[in-house]
Amino acid sequence: VIGRHKHCLALADFSREEILEVLDLATSMKEVLQRPIKKVPSLRGKSVVNLFFEASTRTRSSFEIAAKVLSADALNWTASASSVTKGETLVDTARNLEAMRPDVLVVRHAAGGAPRLVAENVSCSVVSAGDGAHEHPTQGLLDAFTLREALGGLEGKTVAIVGDISHSRVARSNLHCLPKLGARVRLCGPPTMIPAGIEALGAQVHHRLQEAVRDADAVIMLRIQHERIGDPLIPGTREYSKLWGLNAKKAEEWLKPSCVILHPGPINRGVELSPEVADGARSVILDQVQNGVAVRMAILYLLAGGNPAEAESKPEAKA
Amino acid sequence: MNANEIDRVVKRLGREIADRARAAGAAKDLAIVGIRRGGVHLAKRLQGELERTLGAAPPLGTLDIALYRDDLAEKGAAPVIGPTDVRFPVQGKTLVLVDDVLYTGRTVRAALDEIVDFGRPRRVWLAVLVDRGGRELPIAADFAGARVEVADADDVQVRLVEAGAPEDAVVVKPRRGS
Repeated sequence: VIGRHKHCLALADFSREEILEVLDLATSMKEVLQRPIKKVPSLRGKSVVNLFFEASTRTRSSFEIAAKVLSADALNWTASASSVTKGETLVDTARNLEAMRPDVLVVRHAAGGAPRLVAENVSCSVVSAGDGAHEHPTQGLLDAFTLREALGGLEGKTVAIVGDISHSRVARSNLHCLPKLGARVRLCGPPTMIPAGIEALGAQVHHRLQEAVRDADAVIMLRIQHERIGDPLIPGTREYSKLWGLNAKKAEEWLKPSCVILHPGPINRGVELSPEVADGARSVILDQVQNGVAVRMAILYLLAGGNPAEAESKPEAKA
Repeated sequence: MNANEIDRVVKRLGREIADRARAAGAAKDLAIVGIRRGGVHLAKRLQGELERTLGAAPPLGTLDIALYRDDLAEKGAAPVIGPTDVRFPVQGKTLVLVDDVLYTGRTVRAALDEIVDFGRPRRVWLAVLVDRGGRELPIAADFAGARVEVADADDVQVRLVEAGAPEDAVVVKPRRGS
């Protein structure tokens, strides 16, 4: 089904069936990561270029490892080291990279919509690795994968997302993914950090943490970006932590015993999560990191793996 | 082939593999690996036969060769990739690769590439229910239930009850869509 997509730019573009297809494929990819030799030859001779205009170690490394496990060549292009600092435009940079004939461009940019602009101007596949406050589709997929694994499925489950919803592309991708898989989503955070009208995407809004997490099956804690602290959105770290942060005592009293905790990283310890919770038994944060590689392998395989139109007419290759 | 014949052939393959394993001094280090999807049920049946003959069931694994195919560019990404499940150490084992039909040999080539990524087996044998000829690579079956030449325009289908067939059968049919 995912054959109709040439790019992976936003989960808003993906149907329930397409998301499930990626998650099922990621399960097989995860198995490859457990092998003694973590390498399969499926994308041999293909190349993946990471085009990052924003700092990111985790996501870039994750795409890089995913490409390498599939035997594709991976090249990293970071904005600070490139001609962007000399004034080259986004489209020019992308076209120059495209002239080197990569099969997939992975784009991260501070401006929402930048990966789509790139996709419209190049002939290879484009994967968004996060654009502004728009979407972070592979993070949304890895969260869904992790939740499905931890909860045994998403149908009828309740997931609370807590933090700066307005500026979070992770929250936006989660909102375009989890309801399609049958989960109920609750959003929680300071009123200044919840966009007006977000309920239209099928979420319930709470301003009190205790209400948001009551009977929830999972809680996704978002990172509070330091640059937001002290600006009019929130007065200070201590107040944020007191009202919307999760510590061991609140987790014990407010969460149901089976509730798991996710965080897209990097964690501000002591702000949104206390160390005891981040490292505690409920935390599946490190599973998220490993699942991220599996999900990105699935996306790269589906986008770079040959001509999908023909694949549908020949469902299996028997030799 | 009908259900009775398939049953006889599987029993015979089991005996042949056991005899050869004993002769090679490998009866204790035997392991069976079914190639998804057709080889998996057959591998399970062979495991049962070998347990009867050798007194102990050899470990059983499955391989999905989708990530090792050489025709990705022509056929595109496989929509579904099943589990590869090899939980025993491959090192030093005498492995019996099992598939239902041996045709071009490309699946076996991919399976060999995949299995050596799990370790270095002592040796690998290939057992198939039907060898239909038409090889495109220098690969041969060590054990074959039946050897027949089938035209390229035809498809050999092995239908087993474990895969939802009403009864076991091997049939030759004109290939769909070509």
